[in-house]
Amino acid sequence: MKKTGKRCQRLVDEGRRSFLRGSAASVGTIAAATILQTKKVEASNFPSNKLANVKDLKTNVPLDINYPDEDSPGVLLKLGSKVEGGVGPDGDIVAYSVLCPHKGYPLNYNDADKVFNCPGHYSVFDAEKGGLQVWGQATQNLPQFKLKVSSGGDIFAEGVDELIYGRLSNVL
Amino acid sequence: MAYKRNINKLPIIPKGAKKHNVVCNYCIVGCGYHAYTWNVGADGTTTNNIFGENLSVQQGADSDAWYSPSMWNIVKQNGKDVNIVIKPDKNCVVNSGLGSPRGARQGELNYSQSTSTQLQRLTDPLVYRYGQLQPTSWDDAIGLVADVTKAVIDDQGEDGLFVSAFDHGGAGGGYENTWGTGKLYLESMKIKNIRIHNRPAYNSEVHGTRDMGVGELNYCYEDTELADTIVSVGANSLETQTNVYLNHWVPNMRGTSMDKKKKQLPGEDHAPARMIFVDPRRTVTINSAEAEAGKENVMHLAINSGTDLALFNAWMTYIDSKGWVDKDFIKASTMDYDKMVKGNKTSLSEAAKITGLTTKQIQQSAEWIAKPKGNKRRRTCFVYEKGLIWGNDNYRTNCSLTNVAAATGNIGRPGGGCCRMGGHQEGYFRPADGFIWEGNPAKPPYVDKLLIEGKGGVHHVWACDHYKTTLNAHEFKRVYKKRTDIVKDAMNEVPHGDRKALVKAIMGAIKKGGLFSVDVDIIKADIAEAAHVILPAATSGEMNLTSMNGERRMRLTERYMDPPGQALPDCIIASKLGEAMGFSGYGWKTEEDAFMDGYHNGTGKIVTYDRLRAMGNNGVQEPVIDYKDGKLVGVKRLYADGKFDRHGKDHKKLIFKESKWRGLQAPGKEAQKKKFKYLINNGRANHVWQNAYLDRKNQFVTDRWPYPFIEMNPSDMKNIGVSEGDLVEVFNDDGSTQAMVYPTPTAKKKETFMLFAYPTGVVGNVVNDGVNEVIIPNYKQTWANIRKLANKPSGVNHVSFKSKEYKI
Repeated sequence: MKKTGKRCQRLVDEGRRSFLRGSAASVGTIAAATILQTKKVEASNFPSNKLANVKDLKTNVPLDINYPDEDSPGVLLKLGSKVEGGVGPDGDIVAYSVLCPHKGYPLNYNDADKVFNCPGHYSVFDAEKGGLQVWGQATQNLPQFKLKVSSGGDIFAEGVDELIYGRLSNVL
Repeated sequence: MAYKRNINKLPIIPKGAKKHNVVCNYCIVGCGYHAYTWNVGADGTTTNNIFGENLSVQQGADSDAWYSPSMWNIVKQNGKDVNIVIKPDKNCVVNSGLGSPRGARQGELNYSQSTSTQLQRLTDPLVYRYGQLQPTSWDDAIGLVADVTKAVIDDQGEDGLFVSAFDHGGAGGGYENTWGTGKLYLESMKIKNIRIHNRPAYNSEVHGTRDMGVGELNYCYEDTELADTIVSVGANSLETQTNVYLNHWVPNMRGTSMDKKKKQLPGEDHAPARMIFVDPRRTVTINSAEAEAGKENVMHLAINSGTDLALFNAWMTYIDSKGWVDKDFIKASTMDYDKMVKGNKTSLSEAAKITGLTTKQIQQSAEWIAKPKGNKRRRTCFVYEKGLIWGNDNYRTNCSLTNVAAATGNIGRPGGGCCRMGGHQEGYFRPADGFIWEGNPAKPPYVDKLLIEGKGGVHHVWACDHYKTTLNAHEFKRVYKKRTDIVKDAMNEVPHGDRKALVKAIMGAIKKGGLFSVDVDIIKADIAEAAHVILPAATSGEMNLTSMNGERRMRLTERYMDPPGQALPDCIIASKLGEAMGFSGYGWKTEEDAFMDGYHNGTGKIVTYDRLRAMGNNGVQEPVIDYKDGKLVGVKRLYADGKFDRHGKDHKKLIFKESKWRGLQAPGKEAQKKKFKYLINNGRANHVWQNAYLDRKNQFVTDRWPYPFIEMNPSDMKNIGVSEGDLVEVFNDDGSTQAMVYPTPTAKKKETFMLFAYPTGVVGNVVNDGVNEVIIPNYKQTWANIRKLANKPSGVNHVSFKSKEYKI
């Protein structure tokens, strides 16, 4: 499997350490915020945050983002082939929370299978199927961020479809 | 798209919410949970909540202050809507806060009229009337059951009453409910034609080890943290006993239980665990063990299906030849050792030929089991489950494995044990049942077969679903429908309101081969399609319920909500039926009354609800021997004193057993193997609890598995001409069923694996009726052909067919 950047490996190590310790690890320190622009979407209370521009994405290379705020790490991903729920000119751009909805360990992206793996308890989520848990310990599929693309190619996140691990309200 | 709940916010548990002890009512592990309840609208806030945490900030991994939407619901408590959260208990020694994808859905698997979950639950007694099942009163329904049952007994004697009954713990029974039903059928009556759960007779699945004197749950989970080697036979524990694996095995593989080893077992060398898996299939358990322990510490012995016994006997022969046995233990606490070794002698090459393993693999695994570490005995923990229990030659194979464990001194010692992993929790307490065998101690009546042959007039079914969880199910269903339809047709001829005429018509139909069917359950099971009366039962949490887990840890789940509608605890239903039939000794008002009448009175009068409640989610390990200083006192592991009593013999010696290899034992298996191309191995999946009786109405589960999967090697798929998700028919001379193809490159060619007991494709349809000498079914060794039925249905388009394996 090809590694997909230092951050993912770091997330794995983080998860492994926290499991070994068996105690809470702060996930807020993992990634730097990449929130470029924020405004509230009135109806849902979710912010509309610009995550990146279509031009910033490389196929099958996850881009670290945070949504709905800087303490909720996620990735933006251009999969390379059209998927249901995908946005952008090729209908292949998706974004997910990378906190495992089982116990909150940071997920690792496997670019060969296009799945997210959890180093804590081995769960696997399919990036091409809306975060469906292929196998695992969570009782929900992976929270996906709802995306919108502007005519200029800016990608905005505007909602989440499941409860993100570690918060009883997606918008804190 | 994958199913999403679109829940963005959950009510916060307030300070002062009611807190109930809860043991997960599903699997044997019995993870500790708490159910918190509070009035709707009286939520806590981010700064004022039961956790004392600031919930306006992101919580870290393993947080105790987070719960998922699946843990929450709105239920009725004393007639009033309350919020409920059922979340794992961090202080329970079993699971330390872990929740599985089954147990952590207990919240949303409750009956709720507010959130529309589990509206399939039965709320009222139903009787067959006007050509349909119609709601009625308890008195009416119980009265009809009692009248028909009495009439059948008058006509045929007690052998005319057939019973299928739960006998476990958790949602599959509980000490209260096994006692209630047991008192009715085994004490007030003496019913011989009774069978258990998912097997066609009233018998133990571990008769072999019991005859040797060794109860099957003899260790404690901590032993798997202390062992040098864990031998897992036919058990896929990451999926089926999830939190024993994650919370106890994994620390030993990672080396994080090392401090515990050094402290409890000083004076000997310690290393992280070595793992031996005996399983024809590569499972996610093996995958994760390789990730944790390193491939060099994991042996996967992918034997030819059903050849476990030959492997174990070869281990025994090799270990004996090397002298790696516990001679002092054998001398002091056992008998027939030499006879067993001689009788079971199997060379490495003989075993290699039978099992398909190499002699080197067998030798190396024997070394991992028994070669001393320095001058100390290796501590090896042996566990087994359905691969052995529902596999070829159950009795002998069980003996062969227990022989190895006992000879190496691994029973009753820290880091040892020879135990079944288990399915449901346990909760069996019933009157003596020896009369069922009637002088033939190993052979109870093969009840399902007798029903197919037209025997019996009335059938009481307590939370069993033969339509999904029995062998020879295709034929069983065909006959059962036919027989119960005869009675329905007769009932249709009677003007209603005339009980005497109704009973007369029913009895007339029974004489023509009909069968009157009574189903007691929490949901309308598939077999209830045939029922004439359905009685609604309460489940764990809707009643107080006691059970024990796989290390004999007994706890009380406290009632946290009302049962749906008029549903009642099974023990109360049994009490009502007993009274209606004219028996004395019932009249229980509560489940506690049944507990006191049965378990309490029958086990030294030590355990009470109050005492158990005070022991919380860590409970007490049975047998409970004392109550001292305000605490119940139990036993950490059995047989520490070297006295073995499970066989009931006064000498209290462990009896080694001769158990020779004899090929595929169950009738019809060898012929089926020759005639049909594919092994249809079968078992469980992580998402699904049991036969999906609740999960079939849980969208998270049905979204993942609209149909049962059948794992197939891609070359087999090519030969049949199918792609992922296509529907195939699995068929042989015994029946047919369907499944959804799941490409699995790690599957051996011509060896498939199908999800067991799933409502949309029942594997039992193609399992023949061959059983062993104690009427234990053999589900695992099944062969069939496979043909394409249809391209992937549209309801499968969203499903992922990627590898289930975790990849680093």
